[in-house]
Amino acid sequence: MTRTPKRWVIAPSIAVLALALTACGGQSGATDEEGGVSGSVAVDGSSTVFPLSDAAAELLAEENPDIRVTVGEAGTGGGFEVFCQGKTDISDASRPIKDDEEAPVCADAGIAYTELQVATDALTVVVHPDVEVDCVTTEQLAAIWGTDSTISNWNQVDPGFPDQELSLFGPGADSGTFDYFTDEINGEEGVSRSDYEASEDDNVIATGVAGTEGAMGYFGYTYYEENADSLKALAVDSGAGCVLPSAETAADGTYTPLARPLFIYVSNASYTEKPAVKEYVDFYIENLDAVAEVSKYIPLNDEQYAATQATLAGITG
Amino acid sequence: MSTPVIPDRANVAARTARETVQATGRGRDRTPGSLVFLGALWFSLFFGVMVLMLLIVSTALDGAGRFDGALLTNYFSRVRPEETGFRAGILGSMWLMLGTATLAVPIGIASALYLEEFADRHRWYNRLIELNLQNLAAVPSVVYGLLAVATMALLGFQVTGIVLGGAIALALLILPVIIITTREALRAVPSEIRFGSLALGATVWQTTWRQTLPAAVPGIATGTILGLSRAIGEAAPLLLLGVAVGVRFDPNGFLSAFTALPMQIYNMTSQPQAEFQTAAAAAIIVLLVMILGMNTLAIVIRNKFQKTW
Repeated sequence: MTRTPKRWVIAPSIAVLALALTACGGQSGATDEEGGVSGSVAVDGSSTVFPLSDAAAELLAEENPDIRVTVGEAGTGGGFEVFCQGKTDISDASRPIKDDEEAPVCADAGIAYTELQVATDALTVVVHPDVEVDCVTTEQLAAIWGTDSTISNWNQVDPGFPDQELSLFGPGADSGTFDYFTDEINGEEGVSRSDYEASEDDNVIATGVAGTEGAMGYFGYTYYEENADSLKALAVDSGAGCVLPSAETAADGTYTPLARPLFIYVSNASYTEKPAVKEYVDFYIENLDAVAEVSKYIPLNDEQYAATQATLAGITG
Repeated sequence: MSTPVIPDRANVAARTARETVQATGRGRDRTPGSLVFLGALWFSLFFGVMVLMLLIVSTALDGAGRFDGALLTNYFSRVRPEETGFRAGILGSMWLMLGTATLAVPIGIASALYLEEFADRHRWYNRLIELNLQNLAAVPSVVYGLLAVATMALLGFQVTGIVLGGAIALALLILPVIIITTREALRAVPSEIRFGSLALGATVWQTTWRQTLPAAVPGIATGTILGLSRAIGEAAPLLLLGVAVGVRFDPNGFLSAFTALPMQIYNMTSQPQAEFQTAAAAAIIVLLVMILGMNTLAIVIRNKFQKTW
């Protein structure tokens, strides 16, 4: 039984493999066929910016279904990694590109890019609705979330606050929200106490804070808006009085320091050489208000919008 | 004389039952210790099944508002979240399964045939292959994602988030399962059939191709489909490949960009809007129905082709 030449087994399996692979080679991505612009656009990056780019893709698909837009959510860092390898046309980012780590990779690969601000997000500090606190200062937030913080009761934050146990919820260390919050509040990116309930899923944080007496947490404004009936947002005082997060305060710049800009990074080469990418980006920026509304982010103010438009107009190969 | 037969029979039955109880020790099963053990067994069974039922029922209730046609025919929509659908994910998952089966089934069956019918088990390399296969079956699925990224790079593909990339990852993932179940199925074919065929002058190749393999089809099909139903629920290897989530077109080939149902579910559960979470719950039920359908197919094939010797 074992004497049969082995090539009889190897040959068919190789043939099958070859067949399978050549069968795959038949079709390839659709490019300009008819008169209208068609082609594919690859977008990847921040999961925070994902709803914006995805909304732009949906609105564009309603007008021109021939443009095949794929939007991924590998995270800001993961997005830049593939962007700087030339695998994507656009990278979503909830923070600017890192000049020391990420920008040189892009430069080495010869990928020139343009940063466009597309919307504003207000990181919102939320508490359980029964907590009798309405406003915190950035110093108090730093005291609560600092690395060596041992605060476990609201009255340790401020003697005027109620005597109530303080439990903390927040995003995990892989999150861009975590990076931004720690950078602004604790003074250094990634520096935070670690004995809190961490989750990458903001819905888990919302449920946790809503279900725990005396709880505090933070996440993007959209998640607060969706859960406004079960959570209370705290006003933040960065020295100029208490300011509640809202579309207005984030857009006019009074809600500091937790209002953050959201960006897309467009590859200049893709923009000038691929009609589909140009079409998508132009459409995106042109309809930025609608895109922000659909994805429930805070639209840019007039000044910021003008700046984005000017930057877009300046893209050349 | 004939009247006492019936009571006698009853007596015999009762006596037999009593004797059986004594012979097997069943009658002494009712000690406290064995009752506790029996209770523990029942509890384990009950717990496992109940948790699963609870999960399915609560998911179905969460998604109850969205069991409509739009769920299957619409693309993911932010403009109208209450009409959002999973068309791209469902079609993507189907293409993915097609690709996975095309890659994994021939290679898996061929490997199993070689190992079972042709390989010399005393050779060190064949033993090494066996050892590797058993280990591969226990490798976490994320690792196969990495392996697929590397394979795609070797094949010269720039973009890995296409049907072919996902199919390579999932094919690698289920290959060990297919090989192991195919080998089991081949082993279950009686050697008399092989010997009979060989005695009639058939070559080993003819025997394998015309006798052994057809006889093993039910087992092979069952194993393959169970492997595929595991693969269809995987999201982790696809995440590593950079498969997109926001896709609003139907995949049109193995080189097309796509999204898969598990990835869309994963994405939607973390969206803030309640409509998306309802839709995600409904999509979980859709995924379960797809898996159930594949498993039913496996059972049908097994029953239809099953032979007894």
